[in-house]
Amino acid sequence: MNEPAILFDRVSKSYHLYHPMTGGIKSFLFHLPEAVKTLKNSRYEVLREVTFQVSKGESLGIIGRNGVGKSTLLGLIAGIIKPTKGKITVQGRIAPLLELGGGFHPELTGRENIVMKGVLLGLTKNEVFQKMDEIIEFSELGDFIDQPIRIYSSGMLARLGFSVVANLDPEILLIDEILAVGDTNFQKKCLDKMVAFKKSGVTMVFVSHSMGDIISICDRVVWLDHHVVKMIGEPKRVIENYLKS
Amino acid sequence: MNSKIQHSIDLITVLTQKEMKVRYKSTFFGYLWSVAYPLAFALVFFIAFKVIMRIQIENYALFLITGLFPWQWFANSVNASPTVFLGNVSIIKKIDFPRNSLLIATVLQDAIHFVLSIPVIVLFLFLHDQTPSISWLYGIPILMGIQFLLTYSLSLMISSINLFFRDLERLTLIFTTFLFYFTPIIYPESMIPERYKILFSITPLSPLMVSWRHLFLDGTLNPIFLIVSFGYSVLLFIIGSLVYRKLSWKFAEVL
Repeated sequence: MNEPAILFDRVSKSYHLYHPMTGGIKSFLFHLPEAVKTLKNSRYEVLREVTFQVSKGESLGIIGRNGVGKSTLLGLIAGIIKPTKGKITVQGRIAPLLELGGGFHPELTGRENIVMKGVLLGLTKNEVFQKMDEIIEFSELGDFIDQPIRIYSSGMLARLGFSVVANLDPEILLIDEILAVGDTNFQKKCLDKMVAFKKSGVTMVFVSHSMGDIISICDRVVWLDHHVVKMIGEPKRVIENYLKS
Repeated sequence: MNSKIQHSIDLITVLTQKEMKVRYKSTFFGYLWSVAYPLAFALVFFIAFKVIMRIQIENYALFLITGLFPWQWFANSVNASPTVFLGNVSIIKKIDFPRNSLLIATVLQDAIHFVLSIPVIVLFLFLHDQTPSISWLYGIPILMGIQFLLTYSLSLMISSINLFFRDLERLTLIFTTFLFYFTPIIYPESMIPERYKILFSITPLSPLMVSWRHLFLDGTLNPIFLIVSFGYSVLLFIIGSLVYRKLSWKFAEVL
């Protein structure tokens, strides 16, 4: 094993539930003692003592039921949210692909959005401009690239999103169930690109419900269940157990 | 290190351009609206105070716009600030980047609109047989610097807290309305009765707004007003930064 790109050391994450405050001041004041108590204690635990590591160049799949904390895990890696307990170490530039059209503005054109997202992800404008043609070509959006993206279909948004992130030389790529939207053609293109990334040594963390995609890309798989890592290891074996459960 | 600075500049540029483009999206007159608003206000106050109440101020129209234009910059930014983070949920929840750059962009965008409205003040000066003073060359950048810091700091504080206490959005509107009438904008500081003078010194915007007007009307800058308003901005900057630093890591969770 070479050095780790991502290291989770007994990481726990719980969220406050904010309902007492959102109930408004009236209900808050009328039920003050209970409200304060719930405010203090109403935490929802998403991840408990999660420990794993991803080596440089490795592809890790994450599977589990809905709401089990897969996206929280990606958010933690991306540095968007902080763990409640434990320590996370990440080495390398992260390119998160967490949502369709995430980080895009509907009124801007595809081209303008590419620049904005690229810069938000940590590149300078010049670096983005250098990649511009590559990105546009990969997206196959043609003339639509100069149209505001609010007129894009969800498939087109997926194309734009993946093209930007995939062509900005990421060192760590986080992908959250994104390939399900594009047409088969583009899905295949994305998978090919991911295989190419794998060959060139990009570290990937890949959340998906498509076991086929997981098997074809990932070296190892983490199965999250009831806030903890239920199983970690070779994809086929983990998936077999997951499907049986 | 150098590329880090370059990146910060690019980040702010890109976000500001986005704000500019989005603000007047699909309107025909575009930027003219940012001049039309304060001009419309000026007209209302002119009718109310000059025509009807006969206030004894020379060139009242000119007097009004020299205060209303910089005020508009401040008020636009501060009133927009509660929704700055709320309006960028999709970025904040997905990408880790310095969140305060969104506010810098918002305030900068209003600052640009303010600069674009200065020619209107010049036009009014000419209409009153006056000319811009040479002191504008350093006076405008100095006052803009102070106002930027002040507006940014206050907006940063409001937008951060508003994520946890959404009522602040309504309070902000009331707050800016109070501030508007307690700051000598539609009346000169000399008209404030002696025993309420204290009001003038405790409203943080007064020295700044009065400085703008003196600069535009007679090309003078009062160093004491400059120091006081700079002091206010630094104080607000410290408070705003502390609040932001304490809360910003939670933004993605509460949005």
